[in-house]
Amino acid sequence: MRGVAVMAGLTCREAVRRRVVAAAMAVGAAYLLLYGFGLHKVLESLPAAASRQLLFRRQAVIVLFAMGMYVVNWLLAVITILTSADTIAGEINSGVIQAVVTKPIRRWDVILGKWLGFAAMLTAYLAFLAGGMLAEVRLIGGHTPAHVPEAIGLMWLESMLLLAVTFRAGASLSTLATGVTVFGLHILAFLGGWVEEFGWLAHSQTAMNLGVLASVAMPSESLWRRAAFELQGPVIGGFGRGPFSIGSVPSGGMVVYAGLYLAAALALAIRRFSRRDL
Amino acid sequence: MSGAAIETANLRKTFGKKVAVRGLTLQVGRGEVFGFLGPNGAGKSTSVKMLLGLVAPTAGQAVLLGRPLGDRNVRARVGFLPEHFRFHDWLSGEEFLDFHGRLYGMPGARRRRRGPELLALAGLADHGRKRLRDYSKGMLQRIGLVQALLNDPELIFLDEPTSGLDPAGRLLVRDIIRAERDRGAAVFLNSHLLSEVEVTCDRVAFIKHGEVLETCDLKKLGVEERSIVARVKDLGTEALAGLEQWAGSVRLEGDSLTMEVRAEDSVPEVVTYLVASGARIYSLHSRQASLEEMFLRIVGTEGGL
Repeated sequence: MRGVAVMAGLTCREAVRRRVVAAAMAVGAAYLLLYGFGLHKVLESLPAAASRQLLFRRQAVIVLFAMGMYVVNWLLAVITILTSADTIAGEINSGVIQAVVTKPIRRWDVILGKWLGFAAMLTAYLAFLAGGMLAEVRLIGGHTPAHVPEAIGLMWLESMLLLAVTFRAGASLSTLATGVTVFGLHILAFLGGWVEEFGWLAHSQTAMNLGVLASVAMPSESLWRRAAFELQGPVIGGFGRGPFSIGSVPSGGMVVYAGLYLAAALALAIRRFSRRDL
Repeated sequence: MSGAAIETANLRKTFGKKVAVRGLTLQVGRGEVFGFLGPNGAGKSTSVKMLLGLVAPTAGQAVLLGRPLGDRNVRARVGFLPEHFRFHDWLSGEEFLDFHGRLYGMPGARRRRRGPELLALAGLADHGRKRLRDYSKGMLQRIGLVQALLNDPELIFLDEPTSGLDPAGRLLVRDIIRAERDRGAAVFLNSHLLSEVEVTCDRVAFIKHGEVLETCDLKKLGVEERSIVARVKDLGTEALAGLEQWAGSVRLEGDSLTMEVRAEDSVPEVVTYLVASGARIYSLHSRQASLEEMFLRIVGTEGGL
C-alpha cells in the first residue's frame, strides 16, 4: 500500500500546486454567493399572502434547494472529468509515467493511488458545495430539507463513477479523447434520463425502455434522478416538471448497478494500465 | 546466468506487423559500463523499455540481476534516467528527489540524507527549492541523472545522459559513471555521442534492425582495430576488391586509400599484397581506429546516428 499512499499524496499535492483546487474553490464560492443572493431574492418576491403560509414556503425552499443541488451536481461532474482526464493519459503521453512505474511499485498502485487522491479531493469539494447550500437554505430560507445525506451520497457516487470511467478511458486514450468520451457518455445518460421522463409522462413504454437502456450504458444521471427524488419526495409536481423534479424514479437496483459499474470501470482501468506498453 | 547484470536471449518485440526488435541477445557483467549503439530506428529505445518492464516482449528471455523481467524487487536495485527530461516539473528539486525516494521505499531519514547529497553531487545544492520547470535543460539532465542514483542501484540505465549538457556537465556525467562502476554498479548507456561512449564504456554493442551485429571490448580497441590511410597509384579494380579479405570497408578516392582492418598484424600483410599487385605506394600510415570508424564499418552509413 506504500505505492498507493505515495501516488495519492502526489495527486493531491499536484492539484494544489497547479492551482486546480484554487480554481475549483473559486468557481464553487462564486456559485454559492450567486445562489444565496438568488434564493434571498426569490423568497422575498413571493406574494405576501403565500409567503405567510408555512407549508407553501417550505415547499418553495425544498424545490429551490433541489434546483441548486442540480447545478452542484453538474458542477461536480464537470470538475470530476476535467481535472482527472489528463492524469493517466497525459502522463503516458508525456513519458512522465516511465520514471514512476520503473520504481518498485505495482502498476495498480499508480491507478488506485491517483483515484483515491482525486476521490478525497472531490469528496471534500462536494462537502464544501453541499454544506454551503445547506447553510444558505437554513439561514435564508429558514428550513432544512429532509433526506439530504441520502441525496449527497448519491451525488458522491455519481462523481466517483465518472472518475472511474475517466480513469478507464485515460488508460487507453489521449487526454482529449478521454474527456470527449466520458462527457459523451454522461450526456447520453442525461438525454436517456429525459427520454425516460417523457416516456413516463406520455405513458410510452418504448421511450421509458430507451431511457433505461441509456442508464444501463452509463448510470451516472440515474443517480442524480434518484437524488432529486430523495430531496423532493412528496412535493413533486407542485412546481411543474424539470430536471430537478422526477417522475420515473430509478430503483435501488439501479443504484447497486451504478456501484458495480464503478468497481468494474476501476478494475478495467487497472487491468488495461497494467498490461499496456508505456 | 545469475552472475550477469543483464542477460537476454532472442528478445523480440513486434508492434503489429512491424518488427521493432528482431532478436536481442547480449550480456552485461556486473560492474561493467556497457554502451548500446545503433542508428535511429535500430530498436535501442524499445530494447531498453523491454529491459525496464515498460514494454512487454513478444518473445525471448531476459534476466536482470538474476531475476526474470518485471520482478518488482529487482526494480528496487535498478536506477533509470529516461530519454529527455520527463518528470513532474511542478515539483522542486528537493521534492522531486524525495518523491522518487518514497517510490523506492527509502525510509525518511535516508531520504533526508540522500537528497542533499545528490543535489550537491549534481552541483545543484543552491537550487533545491526551485521548481524543476525553472531549471535549465542542463540542470534538469543533472538532477534526472542523480535521481537514478537515489537507491545506490546495482544496475543503472542511462538513456542519452549527456544530451543538453555543456562540457562541464558531460565531465560530471563521466565522473559519475566511473564512480558508479568503481562502486560495483553496472551501467547500461544508450548514447548518440560516440566520443562519450568511447571514453566511458568498457564494452559496446552495435545494434541494427533490432539485432546485435557485434559486441566490442573497447579496452582492446586501438590495439587490434587499425585504420590504414595510404596514397597509392596503379591500384587495379581486382586488387582493390582483394583488400576486402582484411577489411570490412575499403574506400578509394583518387589515389587516397582508406581501410579499417581488424588486427594490427594485417598491416604488413596489406603492404605486401599491395606491392605484389603492382600498386605503387607513395605513403602509408596506420593508426588506431576510432569508435566512429568502427561504427561505420559495422553498422554502415544508412540511417543517421
